[in-house]
Amino acid sequence: MLGAAIIVFRESLEAALLIGIIAAAARTLPGRNRWLSAGVAAGVMGALIVAALAGRIADMADGMGQEMLNACILGLAVSMLAWHNIWMARHAREMVAGARAIVRDVADGRRELSAIMVLVAMAVLREGSETALFLYSLASEGESAGQVLAGGALGLAAGAGVGFAMYAGLLRVPVRRFFGVTAALVLLLAAGMAGQMARFLIQGDILPPLANPLWDTSAWLSANSPAGTLLHVLAGYDPRPSAMQALFYLGTVAAIALGMFLARAPARSATPA
Amino acid sequence: MRRLPLLALLCLPFAAAAADPAEIPLTIRNHRFEPAEVRIPAGQKVRLVVHNQDGTPEEFESHELNREKVIPGGAKASIFIGPLQAGKYPFFGEFNEATARGVVIAE
Repeated sequence: MLGAAIIVFRESLEAALLIGIIAAAARTLPGRNRWLSAGVAAGVMGALIVAALAGRIADMADGMGQEMLNACILGLAVSMLAWHNIWMARHAREMVAGARAIVRDVADGRRELSAIMVLVAMAVLREGSETALFLYSLASEGESAGQVLAGGALGLAAGAGVGFAMYAGLLRVPVRRFFGVTAALVLLLAAGMAGQMARFLIQGDILPPLANPLWDTSAWLSANSPAGTLLHVLAGYDPRPSAMQALFYLGTVAAIALGMFLARAPARSATPA
Repeated sequence: MRRLPLLALLCLPFAAAAADPAEIPLTIRNHRFEPAEVRIPAGQKVRLVVHNQDGTPEEFESHELNREKVIPGGAKASIFIGPLQAGKYPFFGEFNEATARGVVIAE
């Protein structure tokens, strides 16, 4: 039961933190909770389907189906995070200005919210399919289904707790700085996911690693340590990244930052909007 | 059912054919890796072909190799590793961490 709890906690942590940050970043958008829960529900459904089809997916693309699927899911999540940040860069100012602006933005906001749903669904799908497979394997090992489910529920609750703590902590950030802080977090999350995407493409022999590893800080801050795990989840920390991963990471940071800068510029000249 | 393969297919054009790296077989049986020690040449890319003979899935994972891959029960999976500098690179099965342990030795 403890094994199930620990694995489910580890798998759900990443998705929970992401949902916490996104829920905070989207707190001014009306109807946010409905779209968030729709995303979670879609993600869970997708995870069960992926887990059930695991064998067939693994066999696809010359045995590299899993890497392809992971890379695609991560790529989609990164582009949704980028969209979110760039969209928010354009609208954050008006939202801080007051509720009237929000009402005006409802039509626009709905489009942004459907991006959030896709984003949450992708995060839950990726972490959830592994969890489902693992729980299935525990149950077929002779551990009683009740034990496995209890452990899984415990781990999920702990993961959700951390995600909620992240959300609650972010809500305490003063409004003036709030959008800057959440935008920075989302930017780092997106870059970390892009780095992971590169790692899957290298694992599948689709991209070369270039220099491998580019550096090694594992003796200094191991990926297994609590601090290393947290940094990995939040900012994509990898103690032994390849040069290709670093390129994806920095490229994503640069592209999203540029997009945010460009989105912000015209909003300033057209203030009355 | 048809959409997932489609998603993977969309990414296929990236899978350009390259020179075939050496294949290294590895078996999972009773939640253990056999052999538990894999020797490969340093500075060369190799393809680990992992055959999971158990009925349950396993996740091949290694922080040192920077790899993770789920291998369904009864399935074979390929994992490309390297080129590596000479050294020891431990790996483990995340779903059975207590017994499923091994190490890649590049020399």
